[in-house]
Amino acid sequence: MKSAVVTFPGSNRDHDMIVALTRVGGTPPAIVWHKDTEVPAVDLIVIPGGFSYGDYLRAGAIAARSPVMDIVRERAARGVKVLGVCNGFQVLTEAGLLPGVLMRNASLRFVCREVRLEVVNADTAFTRGYAPGQVIRAPVAHHDGNYFADSETLAAIEGNGQVAFRYAEGTNPNGSIHDIAGVLNQDKNVLGLMPHPENLIESAHGGTDGLPLFSGLLQQVA
Amino acid sequence: MSIPNDIPITPELVADHGLKPDEYQKILDLIGREPTFTELGIFSAMWNEHCSYKSSKKWLRTLPTTGPRVIQGPGENAGVVDIGDGQAVVFKMESHNHPSYIEPYQGAATGVGGILRDVFTMGARPVAAMNALRFGDPGHEKTRHLVAGVVAGVGGYGNSFGVPTVGGEVEFDERYNGNILVNAFAAGLADADKIFYSKARGIGLPVVYLGARTGRDGVGGATMASAEFGDDIDEKRPTVQVGDPFTEKRLLEACLELMATGAVIAIQDMGAAGLTCSAVEMGAKGDLGIELDLDKVPVREERMTPYEMMLSESQERMLMVLHPDKEAAARAVFEKWELDFATVGRTTDDLRFRVLWQGDEVANLPIKELGDEAPEYDRPWDMPVPPPPLAPDDIPQMDVADALLRMIGSPALCSRRWVYEQYDTWIQGNSLQRPGGDAGVIRVDGHPTKALAFTSDVTPRYCEADPFEGGKQAVAEAWRNLTAVGADPIAATDNLNFGNPERPEIMGQLVQAVKGIGEACRALDFPIVSGNVSLYNETNGRGILPTPTIGGVGLIPDWTRMARSGFAAEGEAILLFGAPDWWGTHLGQSIYLRDLFGRRDGPPPPVDLAHEKKVGDLVRTLIRDGIATAVHDLSDGGLAIALAEMAIASGIGATVNQLEGGDPIPLFFGEDQGRYLVTMKRETLDRFFEDIYPSAGVFAPWIGNTGGTALTLGEARPIPLAELRAAHEAWFPRYMGGELEGH
Repeated sequence: MKSAVVTFPGSNRDHDMIVALTRVGGTPPAIVWHKDTEVPAVDLIVIPGGFSYGDYLRAGAIAARSPVMDIVRERAARGVKVLGVCNGFQVLTEAGLLPGVLMRNASLRFVCREVRLEVVNADTAFTRGYAPGQVIRAPVAHHDGNYFADSETLAAIEGNGQVAFRYAEGTNPNGSIHDIAGVLNQDKNVLGLMPHPENLIESAHGGTDGLPLFSGLLQQVA
Repeated sequence: MSIPNDIPITPELVADHGLKPDEYQKILDLIGREPTFTELGIFSAMWNEHCSYKSSKKWLRTLPTTGPRVIQGPGENAGVVDIGDGQAVVFKMESHNHPSYIEPYQGAATGVGGILRDVFTMGARPVAAMNALRFGDPGHEKTRHLVAGVVAGVGGYGNSFGVPTVGGEVEFDERYNGNILVNAFAAGLADADKIFYSKARGIGLPVVYLGARTGRDGVGGATMASAEFGDDIDEKRPTVQVGDPFTEKRLLEACLELMATGAVIAIQDMGAAGLTCSAVEMGAKGDLGIELDLDKVPVREERMTPYEMMLSESQERMLMVLHPDKEAAARAVFEKWELDFATVGRTTDDLRFRVLWQGDEVANLPIKELGDEAPEYDRPWDMPVPPPPLAPDDIPQMDVADALLRMIGSPALCSRRWVYEQYDTWIQGNSLQRPGGDAGVIRVDGHPTKALAFTSDVTPRYCEADPFEGGKQAVAEAWRNLTAVGADPIAATDNLNFGNPERPEIMGQLVQAVKGIGEACRALDFPIVSGNVSLYNETNGRGILPTPTIGGVGLIPDWTRMARSGFAAEGEAILLFGAPDWWGTHLGQSIYLRDLFGRRDGPPPPVDLAHEKKVGDLVRTLIRDGIATAVHDLSDGGLAIALAEMAIASGIGATVNQLEGGDPIPLFFGEDQGRYLVTMKRETLDRFFEDIYPSAGVFAPWIGNTGGTALTLGEARPIPLAELRAAHEAWFPRYMGGELEGH
């Protein structure tokens, strides 16, 4: 199993993601800098959390236009798995790899707390470690996680099983439409989600509910 | 030598620079001529209270600053303490009070940025942050706006930079109405043999500027921070800097990469008085002169004068002395991170601080004297007189359950969730205890068992009533909070916030508080390794409550053996360690008296340091031996509040006895010091009482048991946990949402 983590200036949960991938996959991921013109042949490309370019424009907008994203787009088209967490999710929507947008939280405040997630579609490479309908714990930490898509797009992604995770039990922390926390592309090989499964994978974190995402994924692509 | 003076130096100009006539005379004596305008600015920057500690230095010297673990005490960007395995923790706390009142978001944000820079300047990667925030009365017209802005600013900077905020304090008191306090703490990890210092070495070496460009923001900021506020406060907005956490994050990565190349000889961040302080510091410490060529300084505004460049407090900037043969490697690092850099000067052997601009020499000053000859005052001070004790029968009565519900939902004691949920507390993946407990705890990355604990403490109303006992108490409470999670308290940083030291009663507060801090630190083997002094926290002649904030750091050898404050299970015994015979006695300066009866009288609870140490050492041992299942220290609000917090944190209730024949009010709400609540499994209780207790020399009565869904205090009516939690959680969001009329 081979993975790569793409970093931009301002990425700051790259460390957490590298630790998670190394811990679960056994080997450290390749680190790809945003200016790199090549990405090693990997089965999984991860765009980690953070504040790429300070998020001074729309969150993820500048990173989405960096050259390395052309390679990510091309790999995704060839079926390589792409995972974007938090700022990574924002980058993937800005890059057009995922439908919808992430707006400022409805509270207008940064929110860092534990939420509950329902696994809506457990039949994907990313979610196969969970049972359908399973409710898991997950940390969130973001300022721009308010998912929105127009009604046509919403109907399409709901109908096509592209909603991977939904905030459950009234814990929607940001006003996301349909409580959407994680979205897949049409082919289900690209996932973006606002919560941080990488921060809940060992007992020291106070739980391991994030672990099945990585273990399911890494087994799949091994 | 003569330097032309384009701007005449008048007494008014001298006064505008915060320099007293005798201080100006000292400048004239020192340089033997009238200073240039730029030189006057440089002197005012170096000699103001903020940079020179001229009022406090005499007393700061009395603090214990050494110990077997201390690698670097006060005097550098941050303190450095050995944590074994070749690693060190690097930390400091610093105020950003005045800017935060004027522009709360940017003031708080740049406070966080400044303290993070202090830590990574020394070669440490920041791993934890805290913030001690003090605001005015919730009913004051500015308070809500200030809370919203400061909290957003703290979060906005720290979250983007990528450091977990693991603890802090939020307090309200009308005495901060016109002068809030924002004390930012940061800690980082470094290899003990790879610490970087500001002392320059070598003659003729390049002085390199790295980071953001220089603008006019913050010009005169350090001088502002050394003045009282008057009614012209809003005119000071231009002296507040603007933060850019994105640049700071790049600066962090660039500095750490650069340090790894071996290119860095000396490094100093540009904080207060930017280019001036950093250059003088590097030269003076290394017994070298510094020559700066301002035409080389990256600027972001046109037609900046040398005066403005020397006093700018633009953020996210570093100055360093580099090995000339490694400049190419250094350049590659800067370019990778797309940071501005420039060689702006060189070290010299003439011990002069020379500043060149457009072919002119605009400053030429003796570098050592700029720092060393700063005025130092032994200011007159009045011995504070503590209030008389309360009469023994002076115990205002209230139903215990009613009192608890009111207090647990009050601005002073309610949940700070609204605040800390705006801070990223998970990032880096090492947070073991996040805000809400006794101390924040993070794992030491890469080590299988080691962890660090952090806390920030002071009780300003105690300090106001008796600065000496209040100073002791601040240290003792920090030490106790670290102990309560099972850590060895290893060192502390102090952030001393006071009013105008030129008033003897304020100076008396400072002197006595420092003496109290020193006494407690010595007794508890808890050296002060870094710190900051913020004086002139006054508005229109009225000072803040004396607030010597203590940031404490503890080391946990094995984090699988730490304690948390929530009850661990039902049916466990609750013991009150360190209790006096009547469990609780002291109501002077208590939250009970202040918030339920509007009384601020009586002396604060005294701190018996020998008792404190004995009890704490015992509790820590019980945590590490696995006997203590949950631990919480007693502080504001006393026994009742501590029990309620343990219950709320766990969702497990408790039933606690009440001593017959005693008044339940001091028992449940007294704020006697040196006490902890400890729970134990019933099956270990016998072992504890038979094997450990007889020789412990600590009174630890078994006061009740955990269990159920209510908290029952003695004869008071049981309070359902749901009601307790609802009261605890309600105030902050409702207040910030504008739902509470009259606030």
